[in-house]
Amino acid sequence: MPQSPVPSRRGILLGTAAVSAGAVLTACTSNEPAGKKPANSPANDPAPAADDRPGKAVTIGFAGPQADHGWLNAINDNARARAKKYSDVTLEITEGSNDTAAQIGQIQTLINKKVDVLVILPADGKALTQIGLQAMRAGIPVINLDRVFASPQAYRCWIGGDNYGMGLNAGRYIGEHLKNKTGAKVIELAGVDSLELTRQRTKGFDDALKNYPNITKVARQAADFTVESGQAKTAQLLQAQSDFDAFWNHDDDQGVGALRAIAQAGRDDFLMVGGAGAKSAMDAIKADDSVLKATVLYPPTMSASAIDIARAVAQGKGVGGLAELEIPATITLYSAVVTKDNVDQYLPTGFS
Amino acid sequence: MTQPATPARRNDPAGPPKTSPPRRGDPRAAPGARADVRTLSLLGVLAALIAVGGLTRPEEFLATSNLQLVLTQASVIGVVTVGMTFVITSGGIDLSVGAIVALSSVWATTVATQEYGFTGILFTAVAVGVGCGLVNGVLIAYGGMVPFIATIAMLASARGLALQITDGKTQIVTVDSVLDLGVKDANILGVPPLVLVFAVVVALGWLLLNRTTFGRRTLAVGGNPEAARLAGIDVRRQRLYLYLLSGLCCGIAAFMLIVLSGSGQNTNGNLYELDAIAAAIIGGTLLSGGRGTIAGSLLGVLIFTTITNIFALNNLESAVQQIAKGAIIVAAVLVQHRTLREGRGT
Repeated sequence: MPQSPVPSRRGILLGTAAVSAGAVLTACTSNEPAGKKPANSPANDPAPAADDRPGKAVTIGFAGPQADHGWLNAINDNARARAKKYSDVTLEITEGSNDTAAQIGQIQTLINKKVDVLVILPADGKALTQIGLQAMRAGIPVINLDRVFASPQAYRCWIGGDNYGMGLNAGRYIGEHLKNKTGAKVIELAGVDSLELTRQRTKGFDDALKNYPNITKVARQAADFTVESGQAKTAQLLQAQSDFDAFWNHDDDQGVGALRAIAQAGRDDFLMVGGAGAKSAMDAIKADDSVLKATVLYPPTMSASAIDIARAVAQGKGVGGLAELEIPATITLYSAVVTKDNVDQYLPTGFS
Repeated sequence: MTQPATPARRNDPAGPPKTSPPRRGDPRAAPGARADVRTLSLLGVLAALIAVGGLTRPEEFLATSNLQLVLTQASVIGVVTVGMTFVITSGGIDLSVGAIVALSSVWATTVATQEYGFTGILFTAVAVGVGCGLVNGVLIAYGGMVPFIATIAMLASARGLALQITDGKTQIVTVDSVLDLGVKDANILGVPPLVLVFAVVVALGWLLLNRTTFGRRTLAVGGNPEAARLAGIDVRRQRLYLYLLSGLCCGIAAFMLIVLSGSGQNTNGNLYELDAIAAAIIGGTLLSGGRGTIAGSLLGVLIFTTITNIFALNNLESAVQQIAKGAIIVAAVLVQHRTLREGRGT
């Protein structure tokens, strides 16, 4: 497979394999009961992977954006919890920043400290490419998390979610539910429209729906990942469409507002699918008392996996469960569809 | 709905006016007539928008449920705009309104606050709003800080504190008595409770600005603070009260937003400051102070909300929405200026 500079779509789909290898998702199961406690420490399962035994001591530098959103917060929590699990790992985590210049400075500091390996979730992938290159040239392998650098030379391994796949799986799930209904209508509530990831999600959704000629997408509005905008845009969508069969919402955070608008309008005549995998959405799917029947994952556990990869790279090991001697160059996670049937398995990874 | 402007204009050495403001239809009352022309032109813009909505999506746009929807969506930012109108009228500015709404809404929805139920949430939201307003007011009135700087500092710290409280998480409200206020069954004679609150705030704001000494003092301070001081007005105290009022409005709006969205989030109230300032300015409140109109602000808010509504009903992309919104703002202001100039010529 040729290496692509933008691996979000064509990267190796490892998700389920990784789960069975006990390396990614199951290992991030919280031991805490799914109670009301706000704190979640998702990655401290004792399940041993192939190379869990302590090895060479490794210092991992971790730099991410400001955690002002549930998902980003879960990214930090997962990374911290995963690093704590390994006695041979020291985690140097920077204060998150959304400012490109500030993040470059933070990464520079980590390079000067001579950490063994870097995990970088850039606030803006393209803008931070140079610092990735600089680290690689200084001999520090970079694990690029989710938002991809502009050049493959700037990272040793890219691991991230599959936005196109999210849309694809949401579309497939809705399509399978409506395939026997003639003239079925769906509507879409997108996230921040200026982001490429939003376009990719919509593209995947549209492509999936093309397989079902009986389904038409009648409306699409963009919110901005906030509860407030989710409520406002959904209220308008419901007013505009008095009759439709399914509703895909890109993001479970704005989905809290969307569900609120649906309750306020007293509507329950359609099927709703969420996105990202927030705990509140999974709770609603489990309770099965609203229109929300499924959500497609964009797993925040990827940061825990990034710590695993960083440690393996620094210790010169491969990843368990695969024949390869080296860590793959790109890993695209699978956007699993969480429904009532499998929600218990994913609930511990849900973020709030 | 009409808005008689008061004669307390800038450079008016008399300070607070001794006569009651001129009424509509009085041919001699030039400022009043001008305010009327302004309000009428805004009503014209709103009517044109309603015509567009009615023509493009008649069934959905003209439904009662849509009227309820538009008014509900306007209510939160509308309440903030009332407070903003007072501050701008006095020659100040409050850039922290969005951040105060965010902080109030997350403080009022922490697990600890929710234990106290409806009153706990309402009290906390309002108290945090007033508290932030108090800090703004003291810094500006007694600390001698420029309103722009003091409130931008509040913007930064309130947003930061909101982020710290939530830790970036969405705080879901589980208190049923709060949630129930936002659903259809709570409507009183078809009017959603949030719209009712909005109406009361607008009515009280109008009375306060146009029919009380407090309102005249506000105009006087905005028109010419030195003259107001010479006329015996405690300008500092007046300024303090105005930022308190803005904070109070933010607190009320935060509670309304909690009801509406069923949650508290540190991203709440994003860019409210710009929406509120734009609505007030389009409405006819003078950015440099000395003239303010609550009715105009109300129309400004309604125009914005109606635009958003029409675009959403017609399923237009957000990019198109933003472009058109900007164009309509420019058009509205140009129409206003033109009508004003013609009104003056006759």
